[in-house]
Amino acid sequence: MSKAATGREEELKSVTVDATGVYYRELNHRVRELVDEGYREIILDGVNGQRYIGDGLVDDVTIIINGVAGNDLGAFMDGPTVIVNDNAQDGVANTMNSGKIVVRGHAGDVLGYGMRGGKVFVTGDVGYRVGIHMKSYKEQVPVIVAGGRAGDFFGEYMAGGVMVLLGLGEEPPLTGDYLGTGMHGGNIFLRGPVFEDQLGKEVRQFPLDEEDRCFLEGLLEEFAADAGMDLSGVKTDEFSKLSPFSHRPYGNMYCY
Amino acid sequence: MAGSMVTSEFLVEVDHQRCRRCKRCILNCGFGVFDFQNMTTADSSKCVACHRCVVFCPEEAITITRNPLAFKEHPSWEVDRRKAIWKQAQSSGMILTGMGNDLPWLNVFDHLLIDACQVTNPSIDPLREPMELKTFLGRKPDRLEVSADNGGFRLQTEVGNNVELAVPIMFSGMSYGSVSLNVHKSLAIAAEKLGTVMNTGEGGLHPELTPYTDHIIVQCASGRFGVHSDYLNAGVAVEIKIGQGAKPGIGGHLPGEKIGREVSGTRMIPVGTDALSPAPHHDIYSIEDLRQLIYALKEATGYKPVSVKIATVHNVAAIASGIARAGADIIYLDGFRGGTGASPAVIRDHVGIPVEIAIAVVDKQLRSEGIRNLVSIIAAGGIRSSADVAKAIALGADAVGVGTAALIALGCRLCQKCYTGNCSWGIATQRPELTDRLDPDWGAERLVNLINAWSLELKEVLGALGVNAVESLRGNRERLRALGLDSTTMDILDVKPAGR
Repeated sequence: MSKAATGREEELKSVTVDATGVYYRELNHRVRELVDEGYREIILDGVNGQRYIGDGLVDDVTIIINGVAGNDLGAFMDGPTVIVNDNAQDGVANTMNSGKIVVRGHAGDVLGYGMRGGKVFVTGDVGYRVGIHMKSYKEQVPVIVAGGRAGDFFGEYMAGGVMVLLGLGEEPPLTGDYLGTGMHGGNIFLRGPVFEDQLGKEVRQFPLDEEDRCFLEGLLEEFAADAGMDLSGVKTDEFSKLSPFSHRPYGNMYCY
Repeated sequence: MAGSMVTSEFLVEVDHQRCRRCKRCILNCGFGVFDFQNMTTADSSKCVACHRCVVFCPEEAITITRNPLAFKEHPSWEVDRRKAIWKQAQSSGMILTGMGNDLPWLNVFDHLLIDACQVTNPSIDPLREPMELKTFLGRKPDRLEVSADNGGFRLQTEVGNNVELAVPIMFSGMSYGSVSLNVHKSLAIAAEKLGTVMNTGEGGLHPELTPYTDHIIVQCASGRFGVHSDYLNAGVAVEIKIGQGAKPGIGGHLPGEKIGREVSGTRMIPVGTDALSPAPHHDIYSIEDLRQLIYALKEATGYKPVSVKIATVHNVAAIASGIARAGADIIYLDGFRGGTGASPAVIRDHVGIPVEIAIAVVDKQLRSEGIRNLVSIIAAGGIRSSADVAKAIALGADAVGVGTAALIALGCRLCQKCYTGNCSWGIATQRPELTDRLDPDWGAERLVNLINAWSLELKEVLGALGVNAVESLRGNRERLRALGLDSTTMDILDVKPAGR
């Protein structure tokens, strides 16, 4: 949520920018200027597909996007919070290091590619190849939660972090094929059953342990608050957990 | 049955009359060839002919010879082919190898001759006259507008960021992880002294390289290892690595054994996990997608130059045109002789095309489209000498990248066993007792010496050609002639045969 909701309203320097028809380069340049000027909440009205919003930003700011965010939203981002009050296009959180992106709508393909930390919450569906090569490092554990369903290659090459699909109002399967293929770290939680023929050959289903349930409960609470949704009907015992059974899936392919 | 049918490639012999049992060979060999049981013994099957023991034996008591074991000769079943089959029949694995393509393909550089001035126009003596090697990498404007200013002129056109090189030679991307930190430091110190750049490869940037970031290009590859906002902003340019000459079209697997604490830190992944680089960037499935990543990087770095590195493959000219139009500032062409820390031999030896051909067709294509000024071309993958540098530039490159040559300067013997992590010279290893062997200041001095030597030679070549700047050689194929190339290849290179 924006910092305004956390009780720091009085110290928050907020500004609204009309992004209608503004070229992305100018818009992002303006955002950087405002950050440098000390604004800590930047509201962008009339956004309609402008790319790279929040790209490479490292400051403690909140950007609220009213409209459809364009490709590579929050790419290489390291710290800011971004709220999108509509859909987001492809490449959300590309190689993001930390921060939070909340999309109150659907998001496109390749969301969270190479993401190393921070959180991405999408209330609706996500596209193909979501969470590819997500990785955790030290205390950084990237998290993606989507309220709807996902396409093929969900969690491909995943090396760390957590991905959750809620499938609200959906029937399983919640993802396409090649689920977790090449996965060698991290965990995927899907609400409802998972079909074996969807799985990549490097992952298996494991039962949720107490730590998983505890983690999921906290995560769902945070998601519900940010998304403005009631998730009281979602129980942690409905989830399937997928994990890789080897951290070295390709260790025995070579001879010398 | 015998454990392996594969016989030793080399034989190690210790002259026990000369050996004074100092055991230096045991300490120096990274592959565990030597042992001591009353006297120094050697297990030839482990020897890779890296010569570390030979160089460090104070008594010259060690000799390494190629195993003379006779095989029934067969023209299409060379011994190495038979050995590969034995290994694969035993293991069911892909043959893994290191360094560059070692099959005897035609080397086009060795069939090109450089012109010189005689009588009708004077050559230049570079020892007494200025000779300019400085090169700027990056986008050049379509036209320059100048205005009169106080009796002088003032440039009105805004020229974008360029990378300035004092010599048209840079160090190629080799990741920390595949090579040791001391190699990275040697390259960085040398790059600073030479006024050129080194490239991080895809393993991130170690904090100890921070003083040299004005001479570092940082790489963003498909695994996105160590890529974050500060990293992208640290160097003078960012390189998107699409492909590598030694392994076009495939990803990389740095085995978990090499991901110790330090490598884990720069790659930003946990200790001991395999670092898997996907074959493609999964956010790039088209030229439009490439454009998107190029501009994402530009937005994140305040519009630093972006280089795109590709392996030279069959359709390289059209691909390069797309890269130029996608907004890249530099195209880095890595030929099929380029090195690697580890690649399946089938890919290294059989995929891609020589960089010589690629330079020529890319330069020609970009010129024909009127977009040559949008990008600089770096040629790499098999640059072995100043002659290769001169020929690459004459074919159309702006500068060259050297990797293997730099490692040879640091002691590499081309044993091609980089993937084992046992490099006795402390280059392609993370074992601390081995990496300590390479002193970065010593390494940097050797690299500086090498590039300075090549620069002197390059100036001599330019002087002989009667030009006083590397700029005058760039793309100047009229100053090259081919000897022993077929007419189609000469047509592709746009080079005349010797005598015409």
